[in-house]
Amino acid sequence: MSWPGRRIDAIAIGASFGGVEALKHVLPALPAGLPVAVFVVLHLPRERESLLGEIFAPLCALRVREVMDKDAVVPGSIYFAPPSYHLLIDRGPQLALSMDDPVEFSRPSVTVLFESVAAVYAEHALGLILTGAGGDGAEGLAAIQREGGLAVVQQPASARMPNMPASALQRISADYVLTLDEIMTLFQSLPTQAQP
Amino acid sequence: MESAQDLELELLVEAIYHSYHYDFRSYARASLRRRLQVAMQRFGCTSLSQLQGRVLHESEIFGELLEYLTVQVSDMFRDPSYFLALREKVVPLLRTYPSLKIWIAGCSTGEEAYSMAILLREEGLLDRSLIYATDINPNALRRAEAGIYDVAKVPDFTSNHRRSGGRSSLSDYYSAAYDRIILDKSLRKHIVFSDHSLATDSVFAEMQLVSCRNVLIYFDRALQSRALDLFYEALCRRGFLGIGLRESLRFSSHADAFAEFVREDRIYQKTGGL
Ligand SMILES: C[S@@+](CC[C@H](N)C(=O)[O-])C[C@H]1O[C@@H](n2cnc3c(N)ncnc32)[C@H](O)[C@@H]1O
Repeated sequence: MSWPGRRIDAIAIGASFGGVEALKHVLPALPAGLPVAVFVVLHLPRERESLLGEIFAPLCALRVREVMDKDAVVPGSIYFAPPSYHLLIDRGPQLALSMDDPVEFSRPSVTVLFESVAAVYAEHALGLILTGAGGDGAEGLAAIQREGGLAVVQQPASARMPNMPASALQRISADYVLTLDEIMTLFQSLPTQAQP
Repeated sequence: MESAQDLELELLVEAIYHSYHYDFRSYARASLRRRLQVAMQRFGCTSLSQLQGRVLHESEIFGELLEYLTVQVSDMFRDPSYFLALREKVVPLLRTYPSLKIWIAGCSTGEEAYSMAILLREEGLLDRSLIYATDINPNALRRAEAGIYDVAKVPDFTSNHRRSGGRSSLSDYYSAAYDRIILDKSLRKHIVFSDHSLATDSVFAEMQLVSCRNVLIYFDRALQSRALDLFYEALCRRGFLGIGLRESLRFSSHADAFAEFVREDRIYQKTGGL
Protein backbone atom coordinates (compact mmCIF):
# COMPACT_ATOMS: atom_id res chain seq x y z
CA MET A 1 0.00 0.00 0.00
CA SER A 2 1.73 3.14 -1.10
CA TRP A 3 0.71 6.73 -0.85
CA PRO A 4 -0.55 8.39 -4.05
CA GLY A 5 1.81 11.33 -3.61
CA ARG A 6 -0.59 14.16 -3.27
CA ARG A 7 -1.00 16.51 -0.34
CA ILE A 8 -3.87 15.57 1.95
CA ASP A 9 -5.06 18.28 4.37
CA ALA A 10 -8.26 16.68 5.61
CA ILE A 11 -9.48 13.17 6.28
CA ALA A 12 -13.22 12.80 6.74
CA ILE A 13 -14.51 9.52 8.17
CA GLY A 14 -18.05 8.19 8.43
CA ALA A 15 -19.13 5.09 10.34
CA SER A 16 -22.10 3.73 12.18
CA PHE A 17 -22.74 0.23 13.54
CA GLY A 18 -19.39 -1.30 14.52
CA GLY A 19 -17.71 2.07 14.06
CA VAL A 20 -16.09 2.39 17.47
CA GLU A 21 -14.15 -0.85 16.97
CA ALA A 22 -13.14 0.08 13.42
CA LEU A 23 -12.00 3.53 14.53
CA LYS A 24 -9.92 1.98 17.31
CA HIS A 25 -7.88 0.47 14.51
CA VAL A 26 -7.63 3.31 12.05
CA LEU A 27 -7.35 6.47 14.19
CA PRO A 28 -4.35 5.31 16.24
CA ALA A 29 -2.60 4.49 12.96
CA LEU A 30 -2.37 8.19 12.12
CA PRO A 31 1.22 9.15 12.95
CA ALA A 32 2.24 11.96 15.30
CA GLY A 33 3.17 15.13 13.46
CA LEU A 34 0.73 14.48 10.64
CA PRO A 35 -0.33 17.93 9.40
CA VAL A 36 -3.85 16.75 8.62
CA ALA A 37 -7.22 17.54 10.21
CA VAL A 38 -9.43 14.52 10.82
CA PHE A 39 -13.22 14.85 11.04
CA VAL A 40 -15.36 11.95 12.19
CA VAL A 41 -19.10 11.34 12.10
CA LEU A 42 -20.09 8.25 14.02
CA HIS A 43 -23.75 7.40 14.47
CA LEU A 44 -24.29 6.29 18.02
CA PRO A 45 -27.06 6.27 20.57
CA ARG A 46 -27.21 9.78 21.94
CA GLU A 47 -25.81 9.06 25.40
CA ARG A 48 -22.66 7.42 24.14
CA GLU A 49 -21.55 9.95 21.56
CA SER A 50 -20.28 12.43 24.08
CA LEU A 51 -17.81 9.88 25.43
CA LEU A 52 -15.91 9.51 22.17
CA GLY A 53 -13.27 12.03 23.16
CA GLU A 54 -12.51 10.14 26.36
CA ILE A 55 -12.30 6.81 24.52
CA PHE A 56 -10.03 7.98 21.73
CA ALA A 57 -7.77 10.64 23.22
CA PRO A 58 -5.55 8.11 25.04
CA LEU A 59 -5.28 5.88 21.96
CA CYS A 60 -4.29 8.44 19.35
CA ALA A 61 -1.07 10.25 18.49
CA LEU A 62 -3.10 13.13 17.08
CA ARG A 63 -4.89 15.41 19.50
CA VAL A 64 -8.61 14.88 19.99
CA ARG A 65 -10.21 18.31 20.27
CA GLU A 66 -13.64 19.31 21.40
CA VAL A 67 -15.75 20.76 18.61
CA MET A 68 -16.85 24.33 19.26
CA ASP A 69 -18.73 26.30 16.63
CA LYS A 70 -16.51 28.64 14.53
CA ASP A 71 -13.24 27.33 15.98
CA ALA A 72 -10.40 27.42 13.49
CA VAL A 73 -9.43 23.95 12.28
CA VAL A 74 -6.05 22.96 13.70
CA PRO A 75 -4.04 20.50 11.56
CA GLY A 76 -2.98 17.43 13.50
CA SER A 77 -6.32 17.23 15.34
CA ILE A 78 -9.19 14.78 15.42
CA TYR A 79 -12.72 16.20 15.70
CA PHE A 80 -15.83 14.15 16.45
CA ALA A 81 -19.20 15.57 15.42
CA PRO A 82 -21.09 16.29 18.67
CA PRO A 83 -24.35 14.46 19.41
CA SER A 84 -27.44 15.89 17.66
CA TYR A 85 -25.55 18.47 15.57
CA HIS A 86 -24.39 18.29 11.99
CA LEU A 87 -20.69 19.06 11.73
CA LEU A 88 -19.65 21.08 8.68
CA ILE A 89 -16.38 22.64 7.62
CA ASP A 90 -16.59 26.21 6.45
CA ARG A 91 -14.08 28.36 4.66
CA GLY A 92 -11.15 29.40 6.85
CA PRO A 93 -11.17 26.48 7.40
CA GLN A 94 -13.33 26.60 10.50
CA LEU A 95 -15.76 24.29 12.25
CA ALA A 96 -19.46 24.96 11.87
CA LEU A 97 -22.42 23.27 13.51
CA SER A 98 -26.05 23.15 12.51
CA MET A 99 -29.30 21.68 13.78
CA ASP A 100 -30.82 21.29 10.35
CA ASP A 101 -33.07 18.33 9.67
CA PRO A 102 -31.52 14.89 9.75
CA VAL A 103 -30.11 13.68 6.42
CA GLU A 104 -30.44 9.96 5.67
CA PHE A 105 -32.16 9.73 9.06
CA SER A 106 -28.98 10.94 10.69
CA ARG A 107 -27.83 13.98 12.62
CA PRO A 108 -24.89 14.20 12.56
CA SER A 109 -24.83 13.03 8.96
CA VAL A 110 -21.77 11.75 7.12
CA THR A 111 -23.00 13.21 3.84
CA VAL A 112 -23.41 16.69 5.33
CA LEU A 113 -19.85 16.61 6.68
CA PHE A 114 -18.37 15.19 3.47
CA GLU A 115 -20.08 17.69 1.17
CA SER A 116 -18.72 20.58 3.19
CA VAL A 117 -15.24 19.03 3.28
CA ALA A 118 -15.36 18.55 -0.50
CA ALA A 119 -16.21 22.23 -1.00
CA VAL A 120 -13.40 23.49 1.24
CA TYR A 121 -10.57 21.00 0.67
CA ALA A 122 -11.25 19.81 -2.92
CA GLU A 123 -8.38 17.58 -4.11
CA HIS A 124 -6.70 17.77 -0.71
CA ALA A 125 -9.52 15.81 0.95
CA LEU A 126 -9.74 12.10 1.64
CA GLY A 127 -13.14 10.58 2.47
CA LEU A 128 -13.42 7.20 4.16
CA ILE A 129 -16.57 5.14 4.71
CA LEU A 130 -16.31 2.41 7.34
CA THR A 131 -18.69 -0.22 8.67
CA GLY A 132 -22.31 0.70 9.20
CA ALA A 133 -25.97 0.24 8.51
CA GLY A 134 -27.86 2.49 6.17
CA GLY A 135 -26.75 4.61 3.25
CA ASP A 136 -25.50 7.81 4.88
CA GLY A 137 -22.23 9.02 3.36
CA ALA A 138 -22.60 7.67 -0.19
CA GLU A 139 -23.65 11.06 -1.61
CA GLY A 140 -20.99 12.83 0.42
CA LEU A 141 -18.24 10.54 -0.78
CA ALA A 142 -19.37 11.17 -4.34
CA ALA A 143 -19.02 14.91 -3.67
CA ILE A 144 -15.46 14.45 -2.38
CA GLN A 145 -14.54 12.50 -5.49
CA ARG A 146 -16.25 15.00 -7.79
CA GLU A 147 -14.17 17.83 -6.30
CA GLY A 148 -11.00 15.84 -6.95
CA GLY A 149 -10.50 14.27 -3.52
CA LEU A 150 -9.78 10.62 -2.76
CA ALA A 151 -12.62 8.21 -2.04
CA VAL A 152 -11.71 5.29 0.23
CA VAL A 153 -14.17 2.59 1.30
CA GLN A 154 -13.78 -0.26 3.73
CA GLN A 155 -14.14 -3.55 1.86
CA PRO A 156 -17.75 -4.47 2.66
CA ALA A 157 -17.04 -8.17 3.22
CA SER A 158 -14.50 -7.25 5.90
CA ALA A 159 -16.79 -4.77 7.66
CA ARG A 160 -18.76 -5.60 10.78
CA MET A 161 -21.81 -4.24 8.95
CA PRO A 162 -21.38 -4.09 5.16
CA ASN A 163 -24.33 -1.84 4.18
CA MET A 164 -22.77 1.58 4.48
CA PRO A 165 -19.59 0.76 2.54
CA ALA A 166 -21.63 -1.24 0.02
CA SER A 167 -24.00 1.63 -0.67
CA ALA A 168 -21.02 3.96 -1.17
CA LEU A 169 -19.62 1.50 -3.70
CA GLN A 170 -22.96 1.36 -5.46
CA ARG A 171 -22.88 5.12 -5.83
CA ILE A 172 -19.29 5.56 -7.04
CA SER A 173 -16.23 3.62 -7.99
CA ALA A 174 -13.88 4.29 -5.10
CA ASP A 175 -10.19 5.05 -5.47
CA TYR A 176 -9.39 2.43 -2.83
CA VAL A 177 -11.41 -0.45 -1.37
CA LEU A 178 -9.44 -1.69 1.62
CA THR A 179 -9.56 -3.87 4.72
CA LEU A 180 -8.97 -2.25 8.10
CA ASP A 181 -5.37 -3.47 8.09
CA GLU A 182 -4.77 -1.93 4.69
CA ILE A 183 -6.35 1.35 5.82
CA MET A 184 -3.97 1.35 8.79
CA THR A 185 -1.00 0.82 6.48
CA LEU A 186 -2.22 3.61 4.23
CA PHE A 187 -2.57 5.97 7.19
CA GLN A 188 0.83 5.04 8.60
CA SER A 189 2.40 5.89 5.26
CA LEU A 190 0.99 9.42 5.14
CA PRO A 191 3.80 11.94 4.91
CA THR A 192 4.24 13.66 8.26
CA GLN A 193 5.64 16.83 6.68
CA ALA A 194 3.56 18.91 4.31
CA GLN A 195 4.91 18.25 0.82
CA PRO A 196 6.04 21.14 -1.34
CA MET B 1 -10.96 33.37 -6.29
CA GLU B 2 -14.64 32.83 -5.73
CA SER B 3 -16.27 30.02 -7.63
CA ALA B 4 -19.37 30.68 -9.72
CA GLN B 5 -21.46 28.86 -7.07
CA ASP B 6 -20.13 31.07 -4.29
CA LEU B 7 -20.93 34.14 -6.30
CA GLU B 8 -24.44 32.91 -7.07
CA LEU B 9 -25.04 32.43 -3.36
CA GLU B 10 -23.81 35.94 -2.54
CA LEU B 11 -26.07 37.43 -5.21
CA LEU B 12 -29.09 35.47 -4.03
CA VAL B 13 -28.78 36.63 -0.42
CA GLU B 14 -28.24 40.20 -1.64
CA ALA B 15 -31.40 39.93 -3.73
CA ILE B 16 -33.36 38.61 -0.75
CA TYR B 17 -32.05 41.41 1.41
CA HIS B 18 -32.96 44.13 -1.06
CA SER B 19 -36.41 42.84 -1.94
CA TYR B 20 -37.57 41.32 1.35
CA HIS B 21 -35.36 42.94 4.02
CA TYR B 22 -34.33 39.60 5.48
CA ASP B 23 -30.60 39.69 5.96
CA PHE B 24 -28.85 36.35 5.43
CA ARG B 25 -25.68 37.94 4.12
CA SER B 26 -23.67 37.08 7.22
CA TYR B 27 -24.94 33.57 7.80
CA ALA B 28 -22.42 30.74 8.06
CA ARG B 29 -21.86 29.67 4.48
CA ALA B 30 -21.61 25.87 4.59
CA SER B 31 -24.96 25.26 6.26
CA LEU B 32 -26.67 28.08 4.34
CA ARG B 33 -25.47 26.55 1.07
CA ARG B 34 -26.85 23.18 2.07
CA ARG B 35 -30.25 24.61 2.97
CA LEU B 36 -30.39 26.52 -0.30
CA GLN B 37 -29.57 23.37 -2.22
CA VAL B 38 -32.52 21.61 -0.63
CA ALA B 39 -34.70 24.62 -1.50
CA MET B 40 -33.42 24.57 -5.09
CA GLN B 41 -34.65 21.01 -5.46
CA ARG B 42 -37.97 21.85 -3.88
CA PHE B 43 -38.54 24.71 -6.31
CA GLY B 44 -37.31 22.69 -9.28
CA CYS B 45 -34.37 25.01 -9.98
CA THR B 46 -31.07 23.79 -11.33
CA SER B 47 -28.99 26.72 -10.08
CA LEU B 48 -29.10 29.39 -7.39
CA SER B 49 -29.33 32.03 -10.13
CA GLN B 50 -32.51 30.44 -11.33
CA LEU B 51 -33.84 30.38 -7.78
CA GLN B 52 -32.90 34.06 -7.47
CA GLY B 53 -34.97 34.85 -10.57
CA ARG B 54 -37.99 33.12 -9.13
CA VAL B 55 -37.65 34.74 -5.70
CA LEU B 56 -37.42 38.18 -7.27
CA HIS B 57 -40.39 37.75 -9.56
CA GLU B 58 -42.71 35.58 -7.50
CA SER B 59 -42.99 37.13 -4.08
CA GLU B 60 -45.43 34.42 -3.00
CA ILE B 61 -42.66 31.83 -2.88
CA PHE B 62 -40.53 33.81 -0.48
CA GLY B 63 -42.56 32.66 2.54
CA GLU B 64 -41.84 29.08 1.70
CA LEU B 65 -38.18 29.76 0.98
CA LEU B 66 -37.91 31.31 4.44
CA GLU B 67 -38.87 27.93 5.89
CA TYR B 68 -35.81 26.47 4.22
CA LEU B 69 -33.54 29.33 5.23
CA THR B 70 -34.35 29.16 8.94
CA VAL B 71 -34.20 26.01 10.97
CA GLN B 72 -37.11 25.23 13.25
CA VAL B 73 -36.11 22.58 15.74
CA SER B 74 -36.64 22.91 19.42
CA ASP B 75 -37.60 20.97 22.52
CA MET B 76 -38.90 21.83 25.92
CA PHE B 77 -36.08 21.96 28.46
CA ARG B 78 -33.57 21.08 25.75
CA ASP B 79 -30.25 20.35 27.51
CA PRO B 80 -31.78 19.83 30.96
CA SER B 81 -28.48 20.67 32.67
CA TYR B 82 -28.74 24.22 31.30
CA PHE B 83 -32.14 24.71 32.92
CA LEU B 84 -30.94 23.04 36.10
CA ALA B 85 -28.06 25.51 36.27
CA LEU B 86 -30.45 28.43 35.71
CA ARG B 87 -32.65 27.11 38.48
CA GLU B 88 -29.92 26.46 41.01
CA LYS B 89 -27.42 29.21 40.29
CA VAL B 90 -29.15 32.05 38.45
CA VAL B 91 -32.63 32.08 39.99
CA PRO B 92 -31.34 32.91 43.50
CA LEU B 93 -29.92 36.14 42.08
CA LEU B 94 -32.95 36.86 39.94
CA ARG B 95 -35.04 36.78 43.11
CA THR B 96 -33.40 39.98 44.24
CA TYR B 97 -35.08 41.99 41.44
CA PRO B 98 -38.58 43.37 42.04
CA SER B 99 -39.48 42.69 38.41
CA LEU B 100 -37.83 40.61 35.73
CA LYS B 101 -37.43 40.91 32.00
CA ILE B 102 -36.12 37.92 30.12
CA TRP B 103 -35.31 37.71 26.41
CA ILE B 104 -35.43 34.44 24.49
CA ALA B 105 -33.74 35.38 21.22
CA GLY B 106 -34.43 32.98 18.34
CA CYS B 107 -37.34 31.29 20.11
CA SER B 108 -38.45 29.21 17.13
CA THR B 109 -41.78 27.50 17.88
CA GLY B 110 -41.78 28.59 21.52
CA GLU B 111 -40.61 25.56 23.49
CA GLU B 112 -37.73 27.41 25.13
CA ALA B 113 -39.96 30.34 26.18
CA TYR B 114 -42.59 28.06 27.72
CA SER B 115 -39.88 26.06 29.48
CA MET B 116 -38.58 29.28 30.99
CA ALA B 117 -42.10 30.27 32.06
CA ILE B 118 -42.67 26.91 33.75
CA LEU B 119 -39.32 27.14 35.51
CA LEU B 120 -40.15 30.63 36.76
CA ARG B 121 -43.60 29.51 37.91
CA GLU B 122 -42.03 26.65 39.85
CA GLU B 123 -39.60 29.05 41.43
CA GLY B 124 -42.37 31.48 42.32
CA LEU B 125 -41.06 34.21 40.02
CA LEU B 126 -43.40 34.11 37.05
CA ASP B 127 -45.84 36.67 38.42
CA ARG B 128 -43.21 39.36 38.37
CA SER B 129 -41.70 38.30 35.04
CA LEU B 130 -42.14 39.27 31.45
CA ILE B 131 -40.57 37.04 28.81
CA TYR B 132 -39.85 38.52 25.39
CA ALA B 133 -39.54 35.72 22.85
CA THR B 134 -38.37 36.80 19.41
CA ASP B 135 -37.67 35.23 16.04
CA ILE B 136 -37.62 36.14 12.36
CA ASN B 137 -39.81 33.30 11.14
CA PRO B 138 -43.49 34.40 11.18
CA ASN B 139 -44.77 30.84 10.96
CA ALA B 140 -42.71 29.74 13.92
CA LEU B 141 -43.97 32.74 15.91
CA ARG B 142 -47.58 31.85 15.09
CA ARG B 143 -47.04 28.31 16.29
CA ALA B 144 -45.28 29.60 19.38
CA GLU B 145 -48.27 31.80 20.22
CA ALA B 146 -50.62 28.86 19.86
CA GLY B 147 -48.51 26.75 22.23
CA ILE B 148 -49.69 23.52 20.65
CA TYR B 149 -47.30 20.59 20.31
CA ASP B 150 -47.33 17.03 19.08
CA VAL B 151 -48.22 14.61 21.84
CA ALA B 152 -45.45 12.30 20.61
CA LYS B 153 -42.91 14.77 22.02
CA VAL B 154 -44.34 14.64 25.53
CA PRO B 155 -42.21 11.75 26.83
CA ASP B 156 -39.02 13.62 25.89
CA PHE B 157 -40.36 16.92 27.22
CA THR B 158 -41.32 15.22 30.49
CA SER B 159 -37.99 13.52 31.00
CA ASN B 160 -36.12 16.74 30.15
CA HIS B 161 -38.28 18.66 32.60
CA ARG B 162 -37.61 16.18 35.35
CA ARG B 163 -33.86 16.26 34.72
CA SER B 164 -33.95 20.07 34.78
CA GLY B 165 -34.93 19.85 38.44
CA GLY B 166 -38.66 20.36 37.80
CA ARG B 167 -40.56 20.41 41.07
CA SER B 168 -43.98 19.82 39.63
CA SER B 169 -45.39 17.53 37.01
CA LEU B 170 -45.16 18.83 33.46
CA SER B 171 -48.72 17.58 32.94
CA ASP B 172 -49.90 20.38 35.26
CA TYR B 173 -49.09 22.81 32.44
CA TYR B 174 -50.87 21.35 29.45
CA SER B 175 -54.08 19.66 28.46
CA ALA B 176 -54.08 16.89 25.89
CA ALA B 177 -56.55 16.59 23.05
CA TYR B 178 -56.20 13.83 20.47
CA ASP B 179 -52.64 13.92 19.20
CA ARG B 180 -51.82 17.39 20.53
CA ILE B 181 -51.09 19.10 23.78
CA ILE B 182 -51.93 22.71 24.42
CA LEU B 183 -50.00 24.67 26.99
CA ASP B 184 -51.71 26.51 29.79
CA LYS B 185 -52.85 30.03 28.89
CA SER B 186 -51.65 31.33 32.25
CA LEU B 187 -48.06 30.81 31.04
CA ARG B 188 -48.79 32.57 27.78
CA LYS B 189 -49.87 35.73 29.65
CA HIS B 190 -46.28 36.32 30.71
CA ILE B 191 -44.77 35.89 27.24
CA VAL B 192 -44.67 38.43 24.42
CA PHE B 193 -43.84 36.82 21.11
CA SER B 194 -42.57 39.17 18.45
CA ASP B 195 -40.70 39.54 15.23
CA HIS B 196 -37.11 40.69 15.78
CA SER B 197 -33.94 40.02 13.82
CA LEU B 198 -30.55 39.81 15.48
CA ALA B 199 -29.12 40.77 12.09
CA THR B 200 -30.97 44.03 11.53
CA ASP B 201 -32.91 45.17 14.62
CA SER B 202 -31.78 46.83 17.81
CA VAL B 203 -32.28 46.51 21.55
CA PHE B 204 -35.82 47.13 22.84
CA ALA B 205 -35.70 46.78 26.64
CA GLU B 206 -33.39 46.22 29.58
CA MET B 207 -33.11 42.56 30.56
CA GLN B 208 -31.92 40.60 33.57
CA LEU B 209 -31.47 37.43 31.53
CA VAL B 210 -30.95 36.74 27.83
CA SER B 211 -31.13 33.19 26.53
CA CYS B 212 -30.03 32.70 22.93
CA ARG B 213 -29.42 29.07 22.20
CA ASN B 214 -28.51 27.39 18.95
CA VAL B 215 -29.01 30.53 16.93
CA LEU B 216 -25.44 31.86 16.88
CA ILE B 217 -24.29 28.68 15.11
CA TYR B 218 -26.12 29.91 12.00
CA PHE B 219 -24.16 33.18 11.95
CA ASP B 220 -20.64 33.94 10.78
CA ARG B 221 -18.22 35.51 13.25
CA ALA B 222 -19.13 39.08 12.31
CA LEU B 223 -22.85 38.54 12.81
CA GLN B 224 -22.22 36.61 16.03
CA SER B 225 -20.38 39.66 17.23
CA ARG B 226 -23.31 41.92 16.29
CA ALA B 227 -25.78 39.72 18.16
CA LEU B 228 -23.56 39.53 21.22
CA ASP B 229 -23.23 43.30 21.20
CA LEU B 230 -27.01 43.54 21.30
CA PHE B 231 -27.14 41.21 24.29
CA TYR B 232 -24.47 43.23 26.03
CA GLU B 233 -26.43 46.42 25.48
CA ALA B 234 -29.73 44.84 26.54
CA LEU B 235 -28.45 43.36 29.77
CA CYS B 236 -28.53 45.22 33.04
CA ARG B 237 -25.38 45.33 35.11
CA ARG B 238 -24.67 41.81 36.38
CA GLY B 239 -27.32 40.44 34.04
CA PHE B 240 -27.02 36.90 32.70
CA LEU B 241 -26.50 35.48 29.23
CA GLY B 242 -27.02 31.82 28.30
CA ILE B 243 -25.99 30.37 24.93
CA GLY B 244 -25.92 26.93 23.30
CA LEU B 245 -23.61 24.24 24.64
CA ARG B 246 -21.36 24.35 21.56
CA GLU B 247 -21.33 28.13 21.16
CA SER B 248 -18.85 30.63 22.54
CA LEU B 249 -18.50 34.34 23.21
CA ARG B 250 -15.11 34.69 21.61
CA PHE B 251 -16.29 36.73 18.69
CA SER B 252 -17.93 39.41 20.77
CA SER B 253 -16.18 42.73 21.01
CA HIS B 254 -17.39 42.67 24.62
CA ALA B 255 -16.08 39.17 25.36
CA ASP B 256 -14.07 40.53 28.29
CA ALA B 257 -17.17 42.03 29.83
CA PHE B 258 -18.81 38.64 30.29
CA ALA B 259 -17.50 36.39 33.05
CA GLU B 260 -18.12 32.66 33.04
CA PHE B 261 -20.84 32.01 35.57
CA VAL B 262 -21.59 28.32 34.94
CA ARG B 263 -18.91 27.19 32.55
CA GLU B 264 -20.24 23.77 31.49
CA ASP B 265 -23.66 25.19 30.73
CA ARG B 266 -22.47 28.30 28.92
CA ILE B 267 -24.00 30.79 31.30
CA TYR B 268 -22.23 34.13 31.60
CA GLN B 269 -22.63 37.22 33.73
CA LYS B 270 -22.10 40.73 32.51
CA THR B 271 -19.43 42.35 34.61
CA GLY B 272 -18.05 45.55 33.16
CA GLY B 273 -19.82 48.69 32.05
CA LEU B 274 -22.13 50.91 33.97
C1 LIG C 1 -32.44 25.91 15.99
S1 LIG C 1 -33.62 27.17 16.37
C2 LIG C 1 -33.30 27.41 18.09
C3 LIG C 1 -34.54 27.30 18.94
C4 LIG C 1 -34.35 27.41 20.46
N1 LIG C 1 -33.62 28.60 20.84
C5 LIG C 1 -33.66 26.18 21.00
O1 LIG C 1 -32.47 26.20 21.30
O2 LIG C 1 -34.34 25.15 21.13
C6 LIG C 1 -32.92 28.61 15.58
C7 LIG C 1 -33.89 29.77 15.46
O3 LIG C 1 -33.18 30.97 15.16
C8 LIG C 1 -34.01 31.77 14.34
N2 LIG C 1 -33.22 32.79 13.67
C9 LIG C 1 -32.47 32.67 12.56
N3 LIG C 1 -31.93 33.86 12.23
C10 LIG C 1 -32.35 34.76 13.15
C11 LIG C 1 -32.14 36.17 13.33
N4 LIG C 1 -31.40 36.86 12.47
N5 LIG C 1 -32.73 36.78 14.38
C12 LIG C 1 -33.50 36.06 15.25
N6 LIG C 1 -33.73 34.74 15.12
C13 LIG C 1 -33.17 34.09 14.08
C14 LIG C 1 -34.65 30.76 13.41
O4 LIG C 1 -35.81 31.26 12.77
C15 LIG C 1 -34.93 29.60 14.37
O5 LIG C 1 -36.21 29.72 14.90
